Amino acid sequence: MSSNHPLDQLYRQVIMDHYKNPRNRGVLEGTNVDVNMNNPTCGDRIHLTMKVEDGRVADVKFEGEGCSISMSSASMMTQAIKGKTVEEALRLAHIFSDMIQGKAYDDSVDLGDIEALQGVSKFPARIKCATLAWKALEKGLHGHEHEGR
Amino acid sequence: MKVNEIRALFPILHQNVNGHPLVYFDSAATSQKPLPVIEALDRYYREYNSNVHRGVHTLGTKATDAYEGAREKARRFLNARSMQEIIFTRGTTSALNLVASSYGRAHVNEGDEIVITYMEHHSNLIPWQQLAKQTGATLKYIPLQEDGTIDLNDVEATVTPAVKIVAIAHVSNVLGTINPIREIARIAHERGAIIVVDAAQSAPHMKIDVQELDCDFLAFSGHKMCGPTGIGVLYGKRELLEQMEPIEFGGEMIDFVELYDSTWKELPWKFEGGTPIIAGAIGLGAAIDFLEQVGLDAIAAHEHELAQYALERMADLEGVTVYGPKERAGLVTFNIDGVHPHDVATVLDAEGIAIRAGHHCAQPLMKWLDVTATARASFYLYNTKEEIDRFIAALQKAKEYFSHVF
Repeated sequence: MSSNHPLDQLYRQVIMDHYKNPRNRGVLEGTNVDVNMNNPTCGDRIHLTMKVEDGRVADVKFEGEGCSISMSSASMMTQAIKGKTVEEALRLAHIFSDMIQGKAYDDSVDLGDIEALQGVSKFPARIKCATLAWKALEKGLHGHEHEGR
Repeated sequence: MKVNEIRALFPILHQNVNGHPLVYFDSAATSQKPLPVIEALDRYYREYNSNVHRGVHTLGTKATDAYEGAREKARRFLNARSMQEIIFTRGTTSALNLVASSYGRAHVNEGDEIVITYMEHHSNLIPWQQLAKQTGATLKYIPLQEDGTIDLNDVEATVTPAVKIVAIAHVSNVLGTINPIREIARIAHERGAIIVVDAAQSAPHMKIDVQELDCDFLAFSGHKMCGPTGIGVLYGKRELLEQMEPIEFGGEMIDFVELYDSTWKELPWKFEGGTPIIAGAIGLGAAIDFLEQVGLDAIAAHEHELAQYALERMADLEGVTVYGPKERAGLVTFNIDGVHPHDVATVLDAEGIAIRAGHHCAQPLMKWLDVTATARASFYLYNTKEEIDRFIAALQKAKEYFSHVF
């Protein structure tokens, strides 16, 4: 298939790489953040476990089932927030939310692989796929914002 | 049946989507609307919009005649004995909830049993789940055969004399299975149970005769059969409906209202509290006329041909799994190895082909199939073999695209 297929802006190489080789896949034992979330309209689900220590995401893993967009987004999310402070992680979630909805977003932060998901904003039916993992992140970190200070 | 003449009556079909002529393969979710239905709604709002059953003015009489005329059309459509057996509801879901809340609460007690199947849509599952919880009754499931059909021996075994209600889909929205309602009704009645039929996926596509099926209740939605959204029908045997209490109270459904007590109108109006769904019913009436003019048997034959053609063509595609029996209604649910159904649907959408992806409001059935989601192409009277050819070509593209990006 030609490289300028209209779907190529959605299914970028880096997205398919995360889908095929998900980072931080699994379940962390004995953690203090454990979130199950699903998208009831389509059946996608994510199980997100995080170890939050001294206001920092010390470790994170995810398990789940879903399409290429939802699972690659989860993989990228875990990669991006590992080692970050809770505040940084939530800020990233905010930037991601703006980006995925096609709004102007704060570009002072290096998004790395996540930027590849920008094309999803042009496919409104798929936005919810991309946001599932980030919603789980926000839910999990809620209440941990001021720890370790 | 001349498909091109039929297609000419559906304005929405004549457009490009993402640069390709639209192929609409999602009629099991909601069907498209033909001009006679669109025009009936337009005429009602332009020429005689009024409330029904009240006032003496001319427009009110016209609106009442059209609303009650639609009830007569629905009666004829189902071959019900009388118009009193036809209740207008918001759709299949609210019709089934009415039966569960009114008949169910009055007749189901602790220790009783309610029987459904693994292939039920959530709308014919959760009302019974709730009824079982509220009454202390037990909810039981008729198992499915490997191919997604029901064996009458399993019905015999599951429907014990403790069963009060058997609720079952006429046609599965996922598998396309056509269930033997008449035989299941006979077994239910022998054991002293009633049978409730979810006809959401059958009424649009095949001739239904409630007297021949001998079902006690039957529900369908207008929007899946060329009618507008927000209108559906609950058919019920008169002797059962007469004993039942309304579940919604207010205007329109009352006879005498006193300070501390009221009495209800007679059937069917006691179940239609509030200003009824006037435009919806008129639109549904126009849809029934339209479908009967084309002929329900001709529609069923056309869809059967399309489904069998799709099955044949899909059997040639490597890595494609199709769910459900060979003999089926006009839909095909499937998965492509290694490609999530959402991704399949997105690739097809880019080709102008609309299909459904997800769990199709049938989560227990997805578990039974051991999948989290599936893709579904569903056909109606306006679809063609040429569209199936485009669909097959797009599936091939999806397979290639994903093997390429991997």
